[in-house]
Amino acid sequence: MPRILRSYIQALPLRGVLILLPLFLIILVLSIATPILLVLSSLAINASTVWQHLFDTVLAEYVINTLILVTGVGVGVSILGVTTGWLIAMCEFWGRSWLEWLLLLPLAAPAYILAYIYTDSLEYYGLLQRGLRGFFGWQSASDYWFPSIRNIWGAILILVVVLYPYVYLLARVSFLKQGAGILEASRVLGCSAWGSFWRVSLPLARPAIAAGMSLAVMEALNDYGTVQFFGVNTFSVGIYRTWFNLGDRAAAMQLAALLTLFSFIFILLEFWSRQKQSFSQNLGKFTERYQLQGWRAGGAIALCGLPVFLGFILPTGLLLQLYFTSSTNFSNHNFGELSKNSLVLAGGTAILGAAIALILAYIQRTYPQRLVIIGVRVAAMGYGIPGAVIAVGILIPLGYLDNLIDRLSQDFFGITTGLIFSGSILAIIYAYLVRFLATAFNAVESSLSQVKPHLDEAAHSLGEGNFGTIRRVHLPIVRSGVLAGIIFLFVDVLKELPATIVLRPANFETLAVRVYQYASDERLAEAALPALTILAVGIVPVLILSWKISRRF
Amino acid sequence: MSKFGRRVLFRSGLTIAGVMVGWIAAKGLPPLSLPNGWRSLELANAQPSKNPNQVLTLYSSRHYDSDNAIYTSFTEKTGIKINLVEADAGKLIERLKAEGSKSPADVVITVDAGNLYRMQTEGLLQPVRSKILETSIPANLREPKGNWFGLTKRARVIFYNKEKVNPDQITNYEDLANPKWRGKVAVRTSSNIYNQSLLSSMIASVGAPKTEAWVKGIASNFARQPEGNDTAQIMAVASGKADLAIANTYYYVRLAKSNKPEDQEVVKRVGVIFPNQANRGTHVNISGAGVAKNAPNRAAAIAFIEHLASRQSQEVFAKSNNEYPVLKGVALDPVLGSLGQFKEDEINAVELGRYASESVRISDRGGWR
Repeated sequence: MPRILRSYIQALPLRGVLILLPLFLIILVLSIATPILLVLSSLAINASTVWQHLFDTVLAEYVINTLILVTGVGVGVSILGVTTGWLIAMCEFWGRSWLEWLLLLPLAAPAYILAYIYTDSLEYYGLLQRGLRGFFGWQSASDYWFPSIRNIWGAILILVVVLYPYVYLLARVSFLKQGAGILEASRVLGCSAWGSFWRVSLPLARPAIAAGMSLAVMEALNDYGTVQFFGVNTFSVGIYRTWFNLGDRAAAMQLAALLTLFSFIFILLEFWSRQKQSFSQNLGKFTERYQLQGWRAGGAIALCGLPVFLGFILPTGLLLQLYFTSSTNFSNHNFGELSKNSLVLAGGTAILGAAIALILAYIQRTYPQRLVIIGVRVAAMGYGIPGAVIAVGILIPLGYLDNLIDRLSQDFFGITTGLIFSGSILAIIYAYLVRFLATAFNAVESSLSQVKPHLDEAAHSLGEGNFGTIRRVHLPIVRSGVLAGIIFLFVDVLKELPATIVLRPANFETLAVRVYQYASDERLAEAALPALTILAVGIVPVLILSWKISRRF
Repeated sequence: MSKFGRRVLFRSGLTIAGVMVGWIAAKGLPPLSLPNGWRSLELANAQPSKNPNQVLTLYSSRHYDSDNAIYTSFTEKTGIKINLVEADAGKLIERLKAEGSKSPADVVITVDAGNLYRMQTEGLLQPVRSKILETSIPANLREPKGNWFGLTKRARVIFYNKEKVNPDQITNYEDLANPKWRGKVAVRTSSNIYNQSLLSSMIASVGAPKTEAWVKGIASNFARQPEGNDTAQIMAVASGKADLAIANTYYYVRLAKSNKPEDQEVVKRVGVIFPNQANRGTHVNISGAGVAKNAPNRAAAIAFIEHLASRQSQEVFAKSNNEYPVLKGVALDPVLGSLGQFKEDEINAVELGRYASESVRISDRGGWR
């Protein structure tokens, strides 16, 4: 670090003022990494006796279920995201321009809401089975077979349906940017349409696909709401159980640290796979889209329509149905207030987080030293840690800091300050940044990685200054990545539960918290309206930003 | 050239981003502490009269809209405003620990004895004496030193399918482990505090080895691996997927009060058994409250818990949330009352907390997820 710092300071013209900037950056990275390091440091403590118990009984089940879940979700989102992304980017068919943004909507749907609403509709007394029984005259559950959604396959299905947009969004942009030249060249050199997809398009889009898939996989790793409700004992369920049921925080933290290391290995693999490729990209004219007709067009519409239907339209319809048929009195719900709270948190975090992600991505690009890369990666690791664990990783240092400030101010000024940061909105936003920075960072970085050094050189040799290069070369390329990062952060914050619940100020509620309170108390009808509000609030920025992205590409 | 160019570029990129961050920090972020108006609870109507500037901070893991009426009536009575933080008990414990001696919390409410016991052993509560609480709450439902007090009770009972099961065949929880019910029993996961509480009461009464044998027995009788919530277990019995289920009474009452035809069908098909009537009694778990160790407003905290135990509040608990009140003489909800009188397991609630962690280990070993 010192060597980097030195070269840095030497290069600064306004040393006196700007010397603070790198310092500020180090503090930024450290403060974001602190809760994560705190979780990791738990590995240094002596293992408690709970470990023997876990090892003898349930640990194997946790590990196996987690591996199945992660594999299922990873494969599922990749296939679904790449297929839809490619169809939308490279083909023309009826309804394409609608599906282009419709495909993003499931991003706004929290997985736990889908889990609740699908269970409610698919179980014995749900809408579907009641209809089937009425139609066929069945009397009881023993008269027919009906699959249960509450198992690991149901969990995979639901997570895939809400998480594929990560891959779709990034892969589509990547396919679009490949341009016509490189594809035409591959066709001229004898590749079939499929061949050029497998041998040219897909490898070129790999950084984007890997970035999206790693986000989806990390979200699946730390998911608690869905798997817990479905009775699937994954690692994160094990962490909660060890912590809240066995009452052993130390062992729970150690489990969380292992989970984090697991996701870190995954991040590194993804990173290295990307480092190996050194090809640059052709940003020439766009490809002529393949015109799909007849059954091909029908197939494309069905393929792109299915995830939209399952991930957004159907759950929204079911929630509406639940809302209108319930007799609950909603008059005392303060939805304006809840929506405002949710919007302020999500909007503030999204902009702040995207800015930080951009800074970190630039640092990494300019100084690709190992230390810098590791530092930046650690700062973006929070995504793989269950939210409640992150929240505790934040509670502890903030509580310590607050008590320290209070003691110091009492010693020196005789004033008690009370708790300044704990239980403040600032603490929540801090938690969101620690948790979700990876989403924005992956999106920004994958777009920045397309700005190859020779582009800078070309711009300079053509007489463009530094600011001009950033404005006219970098910005147009990075723009879509930054916007994607903002979307990801916004919807993630909107859906976030555990950290919000633990860290929030008194009398402060968000839409997600309200949904959770009702749903966890088994009152789904009451949860329907706040859940619908989340969807409604969530799709607005998703639509605006997706429109802004597609305007250029 | 290229290296220099990149460095300059990086610097300018950094400056732009730095300015952005600065701008957001200056303009975008809400203030550190919340203004009083920024809250979501409907407490605004309460006119503070006697103690206009007093505030009581409540950390609660109950989340029922009906509780708001109780909080409002406290503010009306005393003029003390209530600041509410709602979260699961485990998370409240972490928050209290991290906040340390400066924690604003005055009162902590949980929905189980296990977490109150944990708070007590972690030194997060303080003992208080109150004539009112000691006379209105039965001795077995409060901690002897006054660290915490039970406020409502919920009975954990057995539901059966009326067409398939003769209720005379099941009289005790222990019967659920009988091999004749193989593939017939539905219950939610053992991570659930109500199941933990039930197991703790068994450990306290019959000992750990017998409880473990029972867990193994019931786990091999499962109609399906544990999934869903209590309502889902009752529905599984009604649908014929299972013959028997364990669940809390108030979920059944909620279904009975629902105006949906499918919920009414569920209620029609299932019956309720209060187990262990000839011996220790049916297990009841409690929701309760204690005064936080570093409560800034101790007197108000005690007054608040007394308010929760008052007839007025106990009636709200009973009517709106279908729980059993701890105060004698408060009328039950009619539907709940129609289930009949029963003998309660009068074990001290402290025991439920003491064995909470052991009950989880036993479930892990016994194969109850």
